[in-house]
Amino acid sequence: MLEIQDLSFAVTEDKREKEIIHNLNLTIPDGKFVVITGPNGSGKSTLARLIMGIEKPLAGRLLLDGQDITPLDVTQRARLGVSFAFQQPVRFKGIRVHDLLRLAAGRNLSVSAACEYLSEVGLCARDYIEREINSSLSGGELKRIEIATLLARRTRLSVFDEPEAGIDLWSFQNLIRIFEKMRSEILDSSIVIISHQERILQIADEIVVLSQGQITSQGSPQEILPELMGQTVPMSICEKLQ
Amino acid sequence: MLELDAIQKRLIEEVADLHAVPSGAYNFRANGKLAGRSTTANIDIVSKENGRGIDIRIKPGTKNESVHIPVVLSASGLKETVYNDFYVGADCDVVIVAGCGIDNCGSQDSQHDGVHRFYLGKNARVRYVEKHYGSGDGEGQRILNPVTEVYQDEGSSMEMEMEQIKGVDSTRRLTLAQLQAGARLVVKERLMTHGSQEAVSDYQVNLDGAGATADVVSRSVARDHSTQTFNARITGNAPCSGHTECDSIIMDQGRILAIPSLEANHVDAMLVHEAAIGKIAGDQLIKLMTLGLTEAEAEEQIINGFLR
Repeated sequence: MLEIQDLSFAVTEDKREKEIIHNLNLTIPDGKFVVITGPNGSGKSTLARLIMGIEKPLAGRLLLDGQDITPLDVTQRARLGVSFAFQQPVRFKGIRVHDLLRLAAGRNLSVSAACEYLSEVGLCARDYIEREINSSLSGGELKRIEIATLLARRTRLSVFDEPEAGIDLWSFQNLIRIFEKMRSEILDSSIVIISHQERILQIADEIVVLSQGQITSQGSPQEILPELMGQTVPMSICEKLQ
Repeated sequence: MLELDAIQKRLIEEVADLHAVPSGAYNFRANGKLAGRSTTANIDIVSKENGRGIDIRIKPGTKNESVHIPVVLSASGLKETVYNDFYVGADCDVVIVAGCGIDNCGSQDSQHDGVHRFYLGKNARVRYVEKHYGSGDGEGQRILNPVTEVYQDEGSSMEMEMEQIKGVDSTRRLTLAQLQAGARLVVKERLMTHGSQEAVSDYQVNLDGAGATADVVSRSVARDHSTQTFNARITGNAPCSGHTECDSIIMDQGRILAIPSLEANHVDAMLVHEAAIGKIAGDQLIKLMTLGLTEAEAEEQIINGFLR
């Protein structure tokens, strides 16, 4: 369980302090698939980065299973079981897909084990395992590899920052299937997804709506989605492509 | 192995990945003297009459054979220049493994300057691997100044992998190549400098025949106070294509000077150069830290991958 208590975060712009997250309180229970949504600039990605420790809060605390992880750095949080999928996956010259999956798994990973993770995200291991994670891979391929690294980690808390950003519609269909599968196998771990996509919102156990760094509403998709409809927040996908 | 001591054996392992006597032709040089030689029916190795190097003659049509010519220096204060000439016959397909390891625990400089000249016959294919390695904690410098000259006849192919990752204090590398029609040259250089090391790498590639191609790619990492200079020049004198790329990671107080240059003397010469220098991207470190690596471990993984 992740507890976020009175969390605040600010940046300095033009010598003025601008608050991005304001006194935010949120609990992510075990076994839950929580989607955080909200308009651009509402602080969603910042919140995700604060959970991973990439950004340090101005005030407030984060508790993972009761342990205060606020002073811990990215590495320490990762070792306690927090995973993070980047909105824009990072490219590496020379590091291969197999290397990244091995580092994610934290052990020597056989080709067949790596193949398991890649096939879950719809990639054929034979075509990808020796590929470098460089600019020869498309945005959709990088995104799927990024998700495969989280599958290889199997941690108790996985945070995905806008997994749908930058991928084509064909990949998007697969993405939904991956998240549906992750949700069905969630057990006592938790998943937090930052997303604008209606299809992802629909499969959530809980939707948290963020605006100007604060939670404006929170509840099940049945409760929240009608409220969001007609707004610009959820973007439905073209019906003919569904 | 032959007449080598433990230090020399370790150096041989570093530069030639050899844990036992290789099966093909070889010539081992240790502390300025011949330590072992083997020839085959197709590959002959003879000492030059002046004693300053060897001639390696590979018969036309020789395929799937290898030549190892490692050099090790474990005595402090030894300075030598050797000339190794490779005559690779037409239609050959061979692997040549060179490399020099220096262990200097003494106070005097140790230096090996190897001049390698390759004469590739028509349609010959050569894969050349050269590694440099230095060790020892003496005050004496470990210096390597290799010169490589490549003369490629029509349709020949030369793939060169050159690696210097650790322990060489000063190196000046000069690589010259002349390519006739349809010849192909691929160079993959990997360099890492640390401490106060200095490395200079010069390439001068002349594409003289129609359809000749060259691809010279260098990846380097400069750490601590080390300095590097990469100077790659490709000259196109015929309808040809050439590409040079210098990609460097700079760390600490390292300094890197990249000077790619192109000269086209024919309207159908297509030449491209790329050069990039930058520190390790912060998001690369963070990504690997989100997988549980420390910052230092992440840095090591990024560098290892980059220099692969």
